[in-house]
Amino acid sequence: MRRQNEHVIPPETRATPDLSSGKYLVMWQGPQHPGITGNMSLRLVADGDTVVDCETHVGYLHRGFEKLMERRLWMQNFPLVCRIAVPEPDFNEYCYAAALEELAGVTVPEKAVWLRTLSLEMIRLASFLMWIGGQAGAFGHGTIAQWSVTMRDYVLDLFEELSGGRIYHMYIIPGGVRGDVPDGFLDHVLETMQVIKKNLDDIELVMFHNAVFKMRAVGLGYIPPDWVDKYGITGPNARSAGVARDLRKDLGYLAYPQLDFKLITGGRSDAFERAELRLAEMYQSIDLIRQIVARMPKDGPFRERLPNPLHWKIPAGETYVAAECTRGEYGFYVVSDGGDKPRRVAVRGPSYTHAVSVMERLVRGVNIADVAGLMVSLHTYPPEIER
Amino acid sequence: MDIKDFIAPFAVWKRAFEKPFTVKKPIDERPGAPRYRGFHINDADKCVGCGTCEAICMNRAIDLVPVEGRDAKEGDSGLRPRVDYGRCCWCALCVDICPSGSLNMSNEYVWIDSDPDVFRYTPGVEPKPWDGSALGYRRAEGYRLLDGTRVPMPELDHHEAVKSFLELVRGWSREQAEKEADRCVSCGLCIASCPAHMEIPGYIKAVRDGDLETGLRLLYQTNPFPEACGRICTHRCEEACSIGTDGDPVAIRWLKRYIADQVELADYSKALPRKEASSGKRVAIVGAGPGGLSAAYYLALLGHEVTVHEKDEAAGGMLRYGIPEYRLPYPALDKDIGYIESLGVKIERGAPVGEGRSLASLRERFDAVFLSTGLPAAYGLDVPGEKHPRVLDGVAVLAAATRGQVLGLGARVAVVGGGNVAMDAARTALRNGASVDILYRRREEDMPADPDEIREAKAEGARLVEKAIPLEVKDAGGKARFVWNEATMVQKEAGKRPVPEPIPGAIHEEIYDSVISAIGQGPELSYIAEADGVEIRRFKPVVDRDGLATAAGKAPVFAGGDLVNDRKDAISAIADGHRAASAIDRLLSGKGA
Repeated sequence: MRRQNEHVIPPETRATPDLSSGKYLVMWQGPQHPGITGNMSLRLVADGDTVVDCETHVGYLHRGFEKLMERRLWMQNFPLVCRIAVPEPDFNEYCYAAALEELAGVTVPEKAVWLRTLSLEMIRLASFLMWIGGQAGAFGHGTIAQWSVTMRDYVLDLFEELSGGRIYHMYIIPGGVRGDVPDGFLDHVLETMQVIKKNLDDIELVMFHNAVFKMRAVGLGYIPPDWVDKYGITGPNARSAGVARDLRKDLGYLAYPQLDFKLITGGRSDAFERAELRLAEMYQSIDLIRQIVARMPKDGPFRERLPNPLHWKIPAGETYVAAECTRGEYGFYVVSDGGDKPRRVAVRGPSYTHAVSVMERLVRGVNIADVAGLMVSLHTYPPEIER
Repeated sequence: MDIKDFIAPFAVWKRAFEKPFTVKKPIDERPGAPRYRGFHINDADKCVGCGTCEAICMNRAIDLVPVEGRDAKEGDSGLRPRVDYGRCCWCALCVDICPSGSLNMSNEYVWIDSDPDVFRYTPGVEPKPWDGSALGYRRAEGYRLLDGTRVPMPELDHHEAVKSFLELVRGWSREQAEKEADRCVSCGLCIASCPAHMEIPGYIKAVRDGDLETGLRLLYQTNPFPEACGRICTHRCEEACSIGTDGDPVAIRWLKRYIADQVELADYSKALPRKEASSGKRVAIVGAGPGGLSAAYYLALLGHEVTVHEKDEAAGGMLRYGIPEYRLPYPALDKDIGYIESLGVKIERGAPVGEGRSLASLRERFDAVFLSTGLPAAYGLDVPGEKHPRVLDGVAVLAAATRGQVLGLGARVAVVGGGNVAMDAARTALRNGASVDILYRRREEDMPADPDEIREAKAEGARLVEKAIPLEVKDAGGKARFVWNEATMVQKEAGKRPVPEPIPGAIHEEIYDSVISAIGQGPELSYIAEADGVEIRRFKPVVDRDGLATAAGKAPVFAGGDLVNDRKDAISAIADGHRAASAIDRLLSGKGA
């Protein structure tokens, strides 16, 4: 086996290779590269085919959301926030809505709480399905991506049916949600879960019992448990390191306290285990979605009436609302000065940590061919780095 | 690593024998979900062009544009939203907020064209294949961003109200007023329909912001009678209100009242503009009603010396003598008039123009004259017996009530007519302990009276007799025997309102202690001499758009209010007064107001 010692800890300090020596190769991976998760790039310095230094470059996707939001009415920001993390818009919608509701002292109806939970779990599954295709693809297994992207499309079909949008759902609006479930929707959800579960079984078989994947992923990108607090690592990356943290359990927001699920943790903390853990969380999401469908109240109001959105002013104050997204802690810090627009909104996306500081360190000593697989194993979305 | 890890990957081959996930023909059209947010659909006839979609759009993707063949009218700007799909993000907040509910989305998935300009179009005006589609994003049932329900106005209980002349409508608290003001979308359709073009969205915003001094200043820009208009205005603005297209219109009138009620008269001068330096010009105004006093206010503000000649012992005209106290309490009216007088306007009470004080003499002594003498002369019933001593004139009854005179209407009273004077007379009679029948020649829905007044009159116990054409008043031992012919409504000309036709033989009669005639009023023009050069046509002075009746000879003569305009309401008189004041100022000093 190539990796004898699974617990290689990359050096803390950056290497200072003498680039004029002719011994090193400087190469850019991204921003246009299938091995990069979105619009960012890595400046790699390789010694032979081993990376000795990496510098992450962001800035290709800066849209200035946080600043834009200061110039828009509270309600006008609702269609804007979903664009911050494209594959998982709903977490933005939820955090923004929940922050506003907290500041304005609004209580969301029970039905909306369940519909929000359903929406978040569905997008968690869709996001993981997209990720697993990327993870397999990064190690040359294109077939998995073809399957899982199809499965993701089935979830997007559900979103289209529920909210009217496939990618940007704009469903979780401050005050509640924009509509009750359409007729027959919950049956479609259960049918789709059946199909996806069957497909996950196939993926489990061909991806996780695969010599190539095992050889390349086992031992790759080891994250020691003591990095978790040091770097601010959250989500499956932290749980895989054995740190039992999940905001769904820790904060108990939305309907999660009423759902029956166990926190999944690991300990080996390498790319292979992180993938296994995410696969287990996908099964868990399917289970949660089934629970939500079974327990959700059948009727009742789905939105609390708010003041006229054209004049809505929120009392001065500040709050931080977080939710557990697929990659970890996703949070919105919102400040109101009592006006009709936010004074400040700051978005905390887990990729900021995972794709910049953790990535730069983990990549030291890795084979160039594994850089893409390593990056995907951290599950990062550059759009949320650049708000 | 075990043998399974080498064999398992070959399991992918089993998919080769299963149904593929992909569709066979990728270009086959797949319809969007029923809720899909596709391209916009707008019901252009239902849309009122209020622009709320434009206001909520965070991408500035919507512009309100003029549409050929669709002119602006009251309650419709004539504009329609044009959507730029280069900017639209399909969030559908425009659909969620649309006050009339005209804007929706189709579930159209695909639209391909090589010309980028076509992706900016006006839905409902430029035809598209998906126009009329029943599918696509619609506002969910029970989900609205705007509030279609008006904050209830506290009112006296009708059984209580009828026992006294206490004001029926009690007014809002700050919280209630701010909540109502929040419903406004500031579209401004109301401004165009208000005869005085009041800055309505501005003062509603002032209520929301709790800045009542700004509110008062905006009110006085176009209307020096906010207390009165805040109570009795015919509120055409509310008919134009875009929120009223699918819900209760914003209670603009009550919000105006709220502002005026909340600011003390002593604080008015802090909020309102100071008068300009004296111009040395003198203006005479005939009639201290809303029209005359509005002209007086704006002229005084511009530095002119104003004298108002009023025939009655108190100022206010029909606001005082024609509107009962329970609708417009005298202290409220006095507050409006008090502020106008505080600017130095001189009101000569009990000083009718006519003999001894002719219009010609006013034209000698003053630099301009404004006539606003209204319609004081009530029309008779025009039936045999109309001179019976128990046949009373509605306006006179109301004036007597204002003066505190004993009305002596008796126990059974008939009120003939369907206008506001009829309703006021009926309710005044009810407050004097009478039982009241209101007889009207057409149907209730044809009544020109304010619907609130009709509703309240009925709630207070007045009985409505529709389709009753008066035939005769006979004497019945000192009482009046009122005879009427029941009518049926006949549609004589398409597009015109139906006409009452007597049903042969359907004659009814009833004995009343008093019959109050309230079928309209005419002007009193005897004070205008032929030599004054004011042209009278169909009982009205002929005026130009500024209200100028004649500029020949001595001081120019202007006229306004009920005397000349057809709308016959206070706010139109106020608008006339303001317009005439501007025109007079332009003539006298060569600048506009």
